[in-house]
Amino acid sequence: MKSTPLLFLNVIIIATCGLIYELLAATVSSYVLGDSVTQFSLIIGVYLFAMGVGSYLSRFIETGLAERFVDIELAVAVLGGVSAPLLFLSFAYISYFGIVLYTTVFLVGVLVGLEIPLLMRILKDKLDFKELVSRVLALDYIGALVASMMFPLFLVPRLGLVRTSLVFGILNALVGIWATWLLEPLIARNKLTALRVKGFVVIVLLAIGLIKADSLTTLAEDGLFVDNIIFARSSQYQRIVVTKGKLGYSLFLNGNLQFNSFDEYRYHEALVHPAFAAFEGTPRRVLVLGGGDGLAVREILKYPSVEFVQLVDLDPEMTRIAYTVPALGELNHRSFDDPRVHVTNADAFVWLDKERPEPFDIAIVDFPDPNNFALGKLYTTRFYNLLKNVLSPSSAVVIQTTSPLIARRSFWCVMRTLEAAGFTVRPYQTTVPSFGIWGYALARLEPFDPPRHPPQGVELRFLNDQTFASLFEFPADTTQPDGEIEVNRLDNQALVRYYESEWRRFEQ
Amino acid sequence: MRITRRELLAMFLGVPFAAAACRERERPFPDGEIVGQSAALGHILREGRSFEVASDNWETAKVVIVGGGIAGLSSAWQLKRRGVEDVRLLELERQVGGTSQSSNGEPVAYPWGAHYLPVPFRENTDLIELLDEMSLVEGRDAQGELIVKEQYLCREPEERVFYKGRWYEGLYLRAGAGDEDLRQFAEFQRIIDGWVNWRDAAGRRAFVVPLANCSADAEVTALDKVSFADWLRQQGFTSERLFWYCDYATRDDYGLKAEQASAWVGLFYFCSRVRKSGVESQPFITCPEGNGQFVEHFRSKAGDRIRASQTVVSIIPTAAGADVICLDDGVARGIRCERVIYAAPMFTAPFVIRGFRDEAPFSAEEFQHNAWFVANLHLTDRPRPRFAKDFPLSWDNVIYESPSLGYVTATHQKGIDYGPTTLTYYYPMCHEENGRSKLFDHGWRDLADVCLTDLSRAHRDIYELTTRIDIMRWGHAMISPRPGFIWSGIREKAVKPFRNIHFAHTDLSGVALFEEAFYHGTRAAREVI
Repeated sequence: MKSTPLLFLNVIIIATCGLIYELLAATVSSYVLGDSVTQFSLIIGVYLFAMGVGSYLSRFIETGLAERFVDIELAVAVLGGVSAPLLFLSFAYISYFGIVLYTTVFLVGVLVGLEIPLLMRILKDKLDFKELVSRVLALDYIGALVASMMFPLFLVPRLGLVRTSLVFGILNALVGIWATWLLEPLIARNKLTALRVKGFVVIVLLAIGLIKADSLTTLAEDGLFVDNIIFARSSQYQRIVVTKGKLGYSLFLNGNLQFNSFDEYRYHEALVHPAFAAFEGTPRRVLVLGGGDGLAVREILKYPSVEFVQLVDLDPEMTRIAYTVPALGELNHRSFDDPRVHVTNADAFVWLDKERPEPFDIAIVDFPDPNNFALGKLYTTRFYNLLKNVLSPSSAVVIQTTSPLIARRSFWCVMRTLEAAGFTVRPYQTTVPSFGIWGYALARLEPFDPPRHPPQGVELRFLNDQTFASLFEFPADTTQPDGEIEVNRLDNQALVRYYESEWRRFEQ
Repeated sequence: MRITRRELLAMFLGVPFAAAACRERERPFPDGEIVGQSAALGHILREGRSFEVASDNWETAKVVIVGGGIAGLSSAWQLKRRGVEDVRLLELERQVGGTSQSSNGEPVAYPWGAHYLPVPFRENTDLIELLDEMSLVEGRDAQGELIVKEQYLCREPEERVFYKGRWYEGLYLRAGAGDEDLRQFAEFQRIIDGWVNWRDAAGRRAFVVPLANCSADAEVTALDKVSFADWLRQQGFTSERLFWYCDYATRDDYGLKAEQASAWVGLFYFCSRVRKSGVESQPFITCPEGNGQFVEHFRSKAGDRIRASQTVVSIIPTAAGADVICLDDGVARGIRCERVIYAAPMFTAPFVIRGFRDEAPFSAEEFQHNAWFVANLHLTDRPRPRFAKDFPLSWDNVIYESPSLGYVTATHQKGIDYGPTTLTYYYPMCHEENGRSKLFDHGWRDLADVCLTDLSRAHRDIYELTTRIDIMRWGHAMISPRPGFIWSGIREKAVKPFRNIHFAHTDLSGVALFEEAFYHGTRAAREVI
């Protein structure tokens, strides 16, 4: 067979394709699931095992080797070619991502495992065994080297994962079609055309995918992130994602940014210290509602007088990763390891309704913005009345209250709601570059003047005497707007409606 | 009569559901049982047997209350408030509460029937006294209207409706409504506003709670002669959504379709809880167990005056009062009393009150009831929304195309938004004339199947989430205010005592509402003092 050298070229190509699919699966899974060591190691293991299964299964193919080989090439082309878009889409739209991932990896592995044994059997009459093994395997490993060099240096940066996947699918299908010429003498006449038509159809389909790759990527990456994902998990309550980028680590809950490590100290210093400054006396007992990332607690623990911190956060997964994800643990100074800190996982509304702890000196209320009714209830007069049950007359409370610039009515709705619940309220705001202009409410049950200076003897990076005094000044575009603003109550949830209408303006 | 699953689903949910019979046969099916009401107990009365009471099984009391629903419990409560101590309340079932019953459970209690009370107007002083006593009230506003504590007022989001695969906010289906639909809806609101502001020569409202204070002016009572659906057509309404909305309203409050309920009660539903045009209708007082919270309050106040599992078989009027004979675990007991408050359904009076048939001032058979079944589904978690933008789980969740009324979420009012919950599903048997017999043709498995199949159109995961489904069949759930009933004159006749027996059931209003039962219960209590 004069075409033998060309068949060896095929070996390089299919070896390259095989390794590319493996790298794609491992990259996609570490991209969306995080923990790349685990992902790569599991994917490589499953893939190699599946190749072994494929090699074993090759013994059951007795006749029509050449036809089967072409079929397998086309099958790899389809499955491997669509693997990256398939995995992205299934991650975005279905919950059993793991099943899809490992099934895909296993099937591609089995098919790729079939390729080389079949090819060697096709070639066995042309070469002696020694020659055959050395050449095929050498080329196989060369293909692997080509793939592993091209993938990070050229394919991912230039083509992206989805296009790479489709391009190599097409390449694989071309190998299949080409083989119908190279192996023409070995294929029954009547099957030849059918195989070529099949091959052609596969190429057309993958090519369409390639043309549509952009919209496919948009669809799949909807809700995905610019930076590298180092942790991602769906808990019972929300999707938690931690990314790492040039500016540092970011935490997202359901796609909403909670902090960026580059400027979170601004947010958390402004959240915690004004309440301590407003409290007259020695703060000993502190309540934190929300704040499962442990960053507010880090600030609280700067006060040596604090004896007891009770944190109530809905999501056990969130408070768990605040210990276990190293980047978060470092950032919060492992605040949850401090013996003074007690973590309870509960819905703060339900917790306040049930529990009757001793009064707290300071309460830090740090919930996600009220973008749904389940969160909206945490900003109602009912909630603030329940909060009063765990306060003493001298306690100081602070509440994060979204952006007074972007959601001006929402911000002032919270102020009015606190007043309706009997609090004296001192609104304040600051700038957190990751968020924009951000607002808070400082509140007490007794009348009080806004504090003028940050507490003494606490090490701060952002707050000083100048910034502290300016916190309580509101630029003209963030002051209370004209017109009636409703009080947020359980039976009207006015805040959720304000918030939705105000933030909707910023969505596309 | 054995019917196939296909026939069962077609009968309860409509023909398209027959197809579900083949699709979903192999699903996991939760446990559960028929609970509560025992039809056999009450039906003893139909036999008309007489019972001998042994001489040492007699006792005396000042007042005997027959029936422990809201009317009877309100009587007992009012008597206690007025210092009448020597009272017995006899209830047929094992627990009091009638259609306001509830059960305790995890994570919260849940209702078996009525689950809300609209905040009363300031004029309804008796009812306000109750709410004050229960500490549900925060205060009064400048006009003297009641301010109920926030935690008892139905939490937003209150209602949503499922239509063609998606949930939408509210009960009136705005999604996909055309200009003509919206015009008719606005016109309907305008007519409602007109009736809200309407006053007769004596300054009485057309529709107000309690119903006894409604104007008897012919202009209003004429509305009682036609069905609500006919009245809508007479006004020129054609919008399917508007008809659905009105039909939902009458099924919800009266267990009747708009074709079956009178126009007067249809408008009563929309007008009686609106203070004046342009303001929202009165907010709802609710809690996980629904109106079970009132039952519990009455029960704790009445204490050992309540005797459950007592079948009152006969009341014999005497010169000094009446002798009440009841079966207590098979033993006949007698209570000699001065007055009886009869707070059982009116249609039972001829079977129980001796001599009533011979000199009846009214025909008790005219008090006709309709049948319901109520299912409580215990879920391990909330049904998953199919679309990110779907309107979220609300207190009241209604399926547009369903003959059921949908379900209420027990955990909603407590702010428990995650994890296990209990859903209470309501199905009025008003789609055929023989609803009651149809209801008792079917056991737990059939009715649970209907409920799950119905809900599965909105929640595909309902089978996986439901661990248990218990069902209560209400053979005589509610009085049926069909055209010509409320203003036929029968209410005026029946509200008068028969010998020393004072009637108190909500039947006397012609509508089965908590406020009406409470009104007649307290009225009868005043009469016997």
